[in-house]
Amino acid sequence: MDNKKSNTLRGLLFGAGFIAIAAFIFTGCPSQQRMLDTGDAAQKVYVAPGEHDEYYGFFSGGYSGQLSVWGLPSARFLKVIPVFSQDPETGYGYSEETKPLLKTSYGFIPWDDSHHPHISQTNGDADGRWIYINANNTPRIARIDLQTFETKEILELPNTGGNHASSFVTSNSEYVIGATRFSIPYEMDLDVPIDSYSDEFRGALSFIQLDPETGMMEMDFQILVPPYNYDLGRAGKGPSADWVFFTTYNTEEAHTLLEVNASRNDKDYVAAVNWKRAAELVRNGAGETMSAEYYHNYYEGNQGIAINDVKNQVTVLTPEDGQDFIYFLPTPKSPHGVDLDPTGEFIVAGGKLATVIPVHSFSRMLDAIENRRFEGHVENIPILDYDATIIGEVENPGLGPLHTEFDGRGYAYTSVYISSEIVKWSLETFEVVDRIDAYYSIGHLMITGGDTKNPDARYLVGLTKTAKDRYLPTGPKQNHPAQLYDISGDRMQLLLDFPTIGEPHYAQAIRADKVAPNVKQIYEMEENDHPHALRRVADNRIERDGDVVRVYMSSTRSHFRPDNIEGVRVGDTVYIHLTNLEQEWDVVHGIAIKGANNSEILVAPGQTKTIKWEPTRTGIYPFYCTAFCSALHQEMQGYIRVSAADSDVPLTWSTGGN
Amino acid sequence: MNTYKHLLKSITLLLLIPVLYSCGGEESSEPRSTQPPVEEPALTEFELEHGIGPVTEPIEIGDIDPDLVTKGRNIYEMKCEMCHNYQGRMVGPELGNVMERRSPEFVMNFILNPSGMVREHPVGQELLREYMTAMPFQNVQKDEARAIVEYLRYYYEENN
Ligand code: HEC
Ligand SMILES: [Cu+2]
Repeated sequence: MDNKKSNTLRGLLFGAGFIAIAAFIFTGCPSQQRMLDTGDAAQKVYVAPGEHDEYYGFFSGGYSGQLSVWGLPSARFLKVIPVFSQDPETGYGYSEETKPLLKTSYGFIPWDDSHHPHISQTNGDADGRWIYINANNTPRIARIDLQTFETKEILELPNTGGNHASSFVTSNSEYVIGATRFSIPYEMDLDVPIDSYSDEFRGALSFIQLDPETGMMEMDFQILVPPYNYDLGRAGKGPSADWVFFTTYNTEEAHTLLEVNASRNDKDYVAAVNWKRAAELVRNGAGETMSAEYYHNYYEGNQGIAINDVKNQVTVLTPEDGQDFIYFLPTPKSPHGVDLDPTGEFIVAGGKLATVIPVHSFSRMLDAIENRRFEGHVENIPILDYDATIIGEVENPGLGPLHTEFDGRGYAYTSVYISSEIVKWSLETFEVVDRIDAYYSIGHLMITGGDTKNPDARYLVGLTKTAKDRYLPTGPKQNHPAQLYDISGDRMQLLLDFPTIGEPHYAQAIRADKVAPNVKQIYEMEENDHPHALRRVADNRIERDGDVVRVYMSSTRSHFRPDNIEGVRVGDTVYIHLTNLEQEWDVVHGIAIKGANNSEILVAPGQTKTIKWEPTRTGIYPFYCTAFCSALHQEMQGYIRVSAADSDVPLTWSTGGN
Repeated sequence: MNTYKHLLKSITLLLLIPVLYSCGGEESSEPRSTQPPVEEPALTEFELEHGIGPVTEPIEIGDIDPDLVTKGRNIYEMKCEMCHNYQGRMVGPELGNVMERRSPEFVMNFILNPSGMVREHPVGQELLREYMTAMPFQNVQKDEARAIVEYLRYYYEENN
């Protein structure tokens, strides 16, 4: 026992020593914990009760599948928006309205892994209209409406394995992108040996067109690319606005033990795609139409039941010689992030295994293309000469640089995973000017107003992977931390360290005044276009059609109409369409029925939601309002009588009249 | 150095406590005595009779306008009926005869400013005590409130 313990201890000490030494060797001087005098730090993040934060922070949920919303700088937790996972708290993915959103060509999927929220843009600035987020596992992209903070649309990506390099939008929200992380046979459902990888497997880069009015997505085309892992992406800005960039790793084309086998090449690629040119080619008839099966789920009106629009074709563009829309930029080594600075000139890649941070120049890239400075080709894709595109290599960046954001004042901030720090470096000298610790093992970082032409870079948030001793312990698995830094001065200062929800990968923050004034307080009853809405209180009723019973029910503080129901039978499928007739902000009603194999539903003011219930036993079933809505909330209840399948109890309903 | 600063801060805080304490739970941290005493704002003659809200002048009432009645009825059935009976108490008071009890302006102000009415108007305060549920603002515009009044006038005339 004792022996084991001291072994562990020795191991730990040794590990710590190793990291310290390694950090020293690789980085010169180690980064440090630097915090403002605690009182000053507290003041900087203090938002008085009743006052509002300056920024909305949208943090991906990672393996929760959702999107959490925070006020910054206070780190007030505001809300979880359910996106790719069922949420019994709100009934998302349980109600009849929302269940279709989670349908895919593989059936109903209750969960996914959401990574990279990205806010829609106008002229290279976040416009606060919608936020897109990717599902990594069963490849999809969702659109969340920032007037209601609700998921309104989900599009599945065909022929894609692991949609990780997603869901980044171009600078006028023309396109949102997706890509294959795990190359797979491109043709639908192809059953081939895994070791036919190089022959049969391919990657797909997806270009999803956005409707400028509604933000709705439509799969425009896919580009068929070699079987590498396409890891992350970003759209260009300003001069590079017509381009998007993807990192690749596994140019070794390994399909087993990638940890070793995909780490052999000194350089992999950044793929630069001129989306405008590619789209033009497609408009002019290039590419072929291939069969595919993928779901497009959305609402047709304001409200209502989401529909499944099943698509069975996709346009595929396979690069041909001389088409001039895609190039590979050699980049060391297994790069993860690829990030464009606010001017659109610098293309920064985070080479997980690289000892430097390589910086490509967009204008040099154009020159290299112009002058045909190619090292070779893969599958008709020109590989540009490294020396022709590279403009700087940041030395001593720490161990395992991943992602970079920019402050618009000439500096870049890169997260460094293994040495667990953030390094700040100059876009002029490509030298590190500051570094600070992250707790612990940082993944993405984000700057307020980041990934736009005009970041208002007041704060930086580091999204870290393990909490260990940072907070009160909560068992062997703890929630993921985030740290807020002040980056308004020359040196970064740690202000706050707080646990988050799920596993945030990327996050974005936008000035609150770009979103808050447009947020809806109610659903207007006059505009309720739900097919089962109650438009008049007096229309509350029950309809039976065979075994299907539809209850058109209303809620107002503090009663349901109807609240006494008889004549339901075992074997019936009962739909309760509950319309909340309130028109006051934040007065929510819910409903739960004893024994229902389903969640509750919460219904916002003016909204209609439906819960499906299949009673299996006779008896009296109480139901009640799950939201504390009024002084007489405890009185907000009702009864449903369920009789035997062959009973002839007539269908009746009533309210009041005791 | 730092510790010293902290100490100083704590001492200042300690010194502040009695001052803060004497302020009680007021919204401002100014000592109470410097604030003018809060007075119940006296209601005007108009407000007493016609309620508090966006309707501040007598409105024109003429013969019953059937189009306005229809408009008012539609809104009433969508946004009011779940809480009010024409006869007998429900969540709120009966409204079949409300036009006998109250002026058109009063009814409009109740619709347009229900929370203000139960907070500041003696009739509203009394009603809230009796019904124990606060009537919500139902997102009704002024012209719509006017239409509801027309409907309630019509209802009253038809049924009395
Ligand atoms: C959620 C229930 C509810 C809804 C909806 C509601 N009311 Fe009320 N109403 C009340 C209550 C309760 C009162 C008593 C005052 C209080 O407690 O707020 C009241 C009071 C009133 C009064 C004053 C009656 C009197 O005797 O002076 C009028 C007029 C009135 N309501 C009209 C309306 C109209 C018109 C609508 C629709 C636009 C409406 N109410 C919607 C609950 C409601
Ligand atoms: Cu309720």
